[in-house]
Amino acid sequence: MAIFLTKESKVIVQGMTGSEGQKHTRRMLAAGTNIVGGVNPRKAGTSVDFDGTEVPVFGGVQEAIEATGADVTVIFVPEKFTKSAVIEAIDAEIPLAVVITEGIAVHDTAAFWSYAGQKGNKTRIVGPNCPGLITPGQSNAGIIPADITKPGRIGLVSKSGTLTYQMMYELRDIGFSSCVGIGGDPIIGTTHIDALAAFEADPETDLIVMIGEIGGDAEERAADFIKENVTKPVVGYVAGFTAPEGKTMGHAGAIVSGSSGTAQAKKEALEAAGVKVGKTPSETALLARESLAG
Amino acid sequence: MDLFEYQARDLFAKHGVPVLAGEVIDTPEAAREVTERLGGRAVVKAQVKTGGRGKAGGVKLASDPADAVEKAGAILGMDIKGHTVHRVMLAQTADIADEYYVSFLLDRTNRTFLAMASVEGGMDIEEVAATKPEALARIPVDAVDGVSAEKAREIVAAARFPAEVAEQVADVLVKLWGVFVNEDALLVEVNPLVKTGDGRIIALDGKVSLDGNAEFRQPDHAALEDRDAANPLEAAAKERGLNYVKLDDGNVGIIGNGAGLVMSTLDVVAYAGEKHGGAKPANFLDIGGGASAEVMANGLEIILGDPDVKSVFVNVFGGITACDAVANGIVQALELLREKGEDVNKPLVVRLDGNNAELGRKILTDANHPLVEQVDTMDGAADRAAELAAK
Repeated sequence: MAIFLTKESKVIVQGMTGSEGQKHTRRMLAAGTNIVGGVNPRKAGTSVDFDGTEVPVFGGVQEAIEATGADVTVIFVPEKFTKSAVIEAIDAEIPLAVVITEGIAVHDTAAFWSYAGQKGNKTRIVGPNCPGLITPGQSNAGIIPADITKPGRIGLVSKSGTLTYQMMYELRDIGFSSCVGIGGDPIIGTTHIDALAAFEADPETDLIVMIGEIGGDAEERAADFIKENVTKPVVGYVAGFTAPEGKTMGHAGAIVSGSSGTAQAKKEALEAAGVKVGKTPSETALLARESLAG
Repeated sequence: MDLFEYQARDLFAKHGVPVLAGEVIDTPEAAREVTERLGGRAVVKAQVKTGGRGKAGGVKLASDPADAVEKAGAILGMDIKGHTVHRVMLAQTADIADEYYVSFLLDRTNRTFLAMASVEGGMDIEEVAATKPEALARIPVDAVDGVSAEKAREIVAAARFPAEVAEQVADVLVKLWGVFVNEDALLVEVNPLVKTGDGRIIALDGKVSLDGNAEFRQPDHAALEDRDAANPLEAAAKERGLNYVKLDDGNVGIIGNGAGLVMSTLDVVAYAGEKHGGAKPANFLDIGGGASAEVMANGLEIILGDPDVKSVFVNVFGGITACDAVANGIVQALELLREKGEDVNKPLVVRLDGNNAELGRKILTDANHPLVEQVDTMDGAADRAAELAAK
């Protein structure tokens, strides 16, 4: 078990023939990911050789699913085309779409998120602007380095890429069930709460580490969720205590979030929900160790 | 990117939202001719990206062209909440019968857009929301469906606009949604939206914030950037494509990879500083995944050029980035700066972990640069950098 991604997952890559797509497809294959195809309408019918593994290129997501039974797509297409790539994935009803691309306009993300809802949320979206997810020893869908850590019993969910890697590294000797980088954009598909719920239900996860950062109120909402629904120990970290007030969204933004969005407010909310919150990544890792030692 | 009122006004006009005639000037003398063009009277409005300018004396009515020159002279150069007034807008005067509020914005929590509207405009809308929440209608707007005439009427009804202006306000809402979508805005706000004595609806003052990620399809937006206000270090960093933010009262320069890790680095340095004379981070600089010698040199040059910086903390976790490339980048960057005749005399504390960390550390050890010091952990390195800055 694990969450969202296992060794059974059949993965396709939208944008596999581009330079980032090729580089990371090679890395994903090396990590044991079952990559069954790539998508590029202009190169349909060809294949790409990755150190001896031939990966076929399909003209569309639907076609790739029909030919291979793919149930995960990892999207590397440039930001201008990401919206249509995600919409294609939603139309094909692929169960999981991992959107790695960064720099996507908020109106595009809002549009594909809304579209997913209108289509009945048959596709779980992770990202955009995220490192993807990894189930160590089984499968890697995205750009998280596979050699930092090993399989284990910690579940990790994080807004930040490099902090994900840092935390995996700090706890590398214990290992992880799954690590999910959800991204820090204003609108994201899979949230802290989605990952918390999945880790709570996963019998192979004993402890959850949750990494947040300033902005929005996702951490506060996650705290409420933890209070009501999570029985497993949760350890948290929030980045951005010393960051200056960010890009203001005018007064209207503060009204909507219902929270100041500061690191302090998030830390207090998490602690009130029984989450142990570290001051630094290292201290957070220490809290996780203590919690596991019981 | 937040816009000035006059820039918001221009975007409103471009998309058919009714606004008053107005022109922007940056010298008092120019006010005379403009006021004549506007019909002999004008409202002189300070252009600053902060609220409360009316209370601060940044908005004045000029009764004739000579008066406009005087009022513009008084407002130009004024300091409003730390913002210096470099420009004023002269606008037509309006006969205001009523003041309303309308906006469209991103609703992060619900992952959609939101319309807000109130018939109690003109004042601080945060105060309305806090003291009379029932007076502020909030209607979710689906990103795919957008704001049709029907949706606009729903918003108008929810905010209980008077019947005689309902159709006009609905029309303004549809056009304002056009601004929001077509300009890739994160916020468009009209406050006040006024009803004039003769029953017209006009956007009298507005706020617009644009999404920087949409620059690829918004070629005109670059020209809206306020180059005067940018900190010179930030401007130089931006020119080199660096993601850099200058922080006040700091003395430890920070370079790292990944926004989350760099934010975390600022925090860890600030904690360490509590033990070392209050040392604080002097900047945010995310060099991203590449971390080539050139990017590192550019970053180091900006940070070493900051007179506030007393020590530098380079904090890299090699994920995709290999630490040996980062180490080579640091060595070559110092060499590049030396060749350029830059006086590199601030100590650098470097922490490398992750992909090829051992190789990276060895490269720095072998280079044996007198100003470079390595510490193995993030907390330890932050402590050392803070200690060096406090000296």
